[in-house]
Amino acid sequence: MIKQEALIFEKSVSGRKADILPMCDVPETSIDTMIPEVFLRTEEAALPEVSEIDTIRHFTALSQMNHGVDSGFYPLGSCTMKYNPKVNEAVAQYRGFTGVHPYQPEQTVQGCLEVLYQTDRMLAEITGMERVSLQPAAGAHGEMAGLMIIKAYHQHRGDTKRRKIVVPDSSHGTNPASAAVVGFDVIEVKSNQAGGVDLEALQAVMSDEIAGLMLTNPSTLGLFEENIVEIAKIVHQAGGLLYYDGANMNAIMGKTRPGDMGFDVVHLNLHKTFSTPHGGGGPGSGPVGVKKELVPFLPGPVVESGTNGYYLDGDRPLSIGRVKSFYGNFLVVVKAFAYIRSLGAKGLREASEMAVLNANYIRAGLCEDYELPFGKTCMHEVVFSAQKQAKAGVSALDIAKRLIDFGYHPPTIYFPLIVKEALMIEPTETESKETLDAFIAAMKQIAREAQENPEVVKSAPHDTIVGRLDEVKAVRKPVLTFSQKADA
Amino acid sequence: MASYLSTTGEEQQAMLKKLGLTSRDALFADIPGAVRLNRELALPEALSEMELITLMRELAQKNTDLDSYACFLGAGVYDHFIPSVVGSLTSRQEFYTAYTPYQPEISQGTLQAIFEFQSMICELTGMEIANASMYDGATALAEAVAMAVSQTGRNEVLIASTVSPEHRQVVQTYAHFKNVRVREIGFQNGTIDLNELEASCSAQTAAVIVQSPNFFGVIEELSRVADLAHQQKALFIASVDPLSLAILRSPGELGADIVVGDGQCLGNPISFGGPGLGFMATNKALMRKLPGRVVGQTTDHDGKRAFVLTLQTREQHIRRDKATSNICSNQALNALAATIYLTLLGKAGLKEVATLCLRKAHYLHDRLIATGKFTPAFTAPFFKEFAVIGTTAPEGLNKALLGDGIIGGYELKKAYPEFEYGWLLAVTEKRTRQEIDQLVEKVVKHCD
Repeated sequence: MIKQEALIFEKSVSGRKADILPMCDVPETSIDTMIPEVFLRTEEAALPEVSEIDTIRHFTALSQMNHGVDSGFYPLGSCTMKYNPKVNEAVAQYRGFTGVHPYQPEQTVQGCLEVLYQTDRMLAEITGMERVSLQPAAGAHGEMAGLMIIKAYHQHRGDTKRRKIVVPDSSHGTNPASAAVVGFDVIEVKSNQAGGVDLEALQAVMSDEIAGLMLTNPSTLGLFEENIVEIAKIVHQAGGLLYYDGANMNAIMGKTRPGDMGFDVVHLNLHKTFSTPHGGGGPGSGPVGVKKELVPFLPGPVVESGTNGYYLDGDRPLSIGRVKSFYGNFLVVVKAFAYIRSLGAKGLREASEMAVLNANYIRAGLCEDYELPFGKTCMHEVVFSAQKQAKAGVSALDIAKRLIDFGYHPPTIYFPLIVKEALMIEPTETESKETLDAFIAAMKQIAREAQENPEVVKSAPHDTIVGRLDEVKAVRKPVLTFSQKADA
Repeated sequence: MASYLSTTGEEQQAMLKKLGLTSRDALFADIPGAVRLNRELALPEALSEMELITLMRELAQKNTDLDSYACFLGAGVYDHFIPSVVGSLTSRQEFYTAYTPYQPEISQGTLQAIFEFQSMICELTGMEIANASMYDGATALAEAVAMAVSQTGRNEVLIASTVSPEHRQVVQTYAHFKNVRVREIGFQNGTIDLNELEASCSAQTAAVIVQSPNFFGVIEELSRVADLAHQQKALFIASVDPLSLAILRSPGELGADIVVGDGQCLGNPISFGGPGLGFMATNKALMRKLPGRVVGQTTDHDGKRAFVLTLQTREQHIRRDKATSNICSNQALNALAATIYLTLLGKAGLKEVATLCLRKAHYLHDRLIATGKFTPAFTAPFFKEFAVIGTTAPEGLNKALLGDGIIGGYELKKAYPEFEYGWLLAVTEKRTRQEIDQLVEKVVKHCD
């Protein structure tokens, strides 16, 4: 049985410790002869005082309050919560990867450099780009680097008027946030009736001040942007560049490539498409890839291959500079490399095909029970609206919480912003037909409950360790640390 | 090849039939012909698990690893001991296969662990609040600059040239695109030149940035920097080694407004530089400017204590282009490793690790100086890393040491050309007296 767990500070017993360190084998010089007293702490930091088994029990108990991909279905739209292969975790733990210092001489890190170089080449092929930098640590970080590249490119051409980035109103929140971080002004364009970019609205905002357009395709509605060729033409004719948000790349591997669609810059989320685990919120990895003319602007250093093996090329005068220490979240790259090498071209294509088939199977299974704002074939995710249920007083949030009672992680809700009461479901390719059938049955039952017994949905979840939380209180009276709690 | 799919061919046919389709390819009819990829991707042949393991082992073996070599290289990431408990717990799938804890009812484990992480970071730094982690120390510093610029409405920052070169480069990249001016302040005896700082700090200064122990391993006089910054109503940003804070006075006590740092040293392997974690702490006055995820305590509808992501109106998914930062994913699993490490080591253990590093670093320092082949680069106090000036270029020394099974120090001239013979050595608790003695012995031999 899962119980609530006290904070580790509350379990602390003065004087208790886990004895794990070796004896000091050098002279035990007194600290204040090495560091003047004025620099020294007078009161010890109040860290916990617990034993090894206390530590193990505490964090094991915490883990049991979590739902992971291995626990059950996790159809969180836009997040691609597919199975994370165990072999990738195992190989990433080899000491030849974990026990390597980034400043070791290049001849002693050839294996690491090879992984980075080969991953760059493989991701470039998958996306239709020329080169890929693996330095960004997450999707948003990759976006930021990509937008910096766009800005640097225009500035290098002396085209300093281009200060605006266009994003559709259906875009991920990170798109406008990243553009702002890089010092761009953001222009939002409305979507058309079919959920795509409104070509007239796009044409209307084009000018010589436009640096580029950020787009994800398939869109956040899970739909393939059929007008992509026209969109690319409009933006390029205005002198702008096209930025591909790779969050939805899991739909199109081996079917089409951002580079072929006309995109100039792309970021990927290795922790989505390439199956590296999300870790409860990172570490991720957000490689940024570019077309040939933008290669000089990539963050440095870049791994190159020469007659004496692989080397780091840091002599890149047009580079935007460094966006992170060292070479990115290397171990995450190792796992993605292992994944791509395991699946190969056919395996990646089949992964995308099954991701799309699974999403459409759910679409077909639920389209009579939930409103489908866009009726056509979806890609790797399907967006429903709970407006029908809302009339009975049951919101998308209530449905999400009720799904927890069935053992499922809820879908993404209230996103994209342009769909009311949105429920965004992304099953991923690794789920079986029985899992999808059971999920569809649960969703149907919830739809019935919304009409016949709405209270059971509105009061969900019923079996979790805590019920719905008072989030307003958390904001109004923020308690962010244990000591604050003690003060309160 | 490996496949992680679960449906059989027959099942797929049944699913397609329900959609009125006959092939999976028909699902992609919306992709215009002109942009279709009508071939397989040109990728290396797919591998079975056995073949993959062979390949990965070969690649790993092409690297020299720190189990086979004694490492005296630091310069930002450090070869500290990681107790088995850390990996054992972080490899629990409930932690590592979960997404960001947006659904608190089934994420209390991650949320409570982050709350404990925030609490421990505040204990160490002496600050009031902390976030759930940043990508690394460098990006945490760059985000701190953005906070200071936003808070003060000024757009110039002063950064000590004793701050890690890579951290300065990342700050420079972020600042350049925001039109923030970054001015470097020189050093005297390995610490920031306080006279130059005083002369440079003005009503245009948004923040003063100092690292302690700095890149040379030297402990900076943070309270004097804080005073100079505050005289001009600029913020003081301190970048710190969290391990050092087991024995050093906290930056909070010394007047820092924002404290950042790299947390790799807390239970995370070096891993060729990533993933580790950054951390960020500040005071309540700057709470609404704090980037990234923050966990707060609240109650559920029955009044039970519970934890939840909070203050989200700062964040990109709500504020979009008005957000304080674009960060969303951070380094949660690495922050969990740090939390477990700090729990297991605890109050006494962390101080023991710090003291071991301090004593061993001083032991090596004194032995090297005693050989007569080196002079101290600076006389200011240091923690676990120090710089010496040799009589020969350090790259030759490092090359020779590699043959002895030793990874030598950082060649200072890579970032500070004025120190042609400068050598920066880090000594963690993992280095034994025997390894240290052997380094000294070999160095003497190679210097002759």
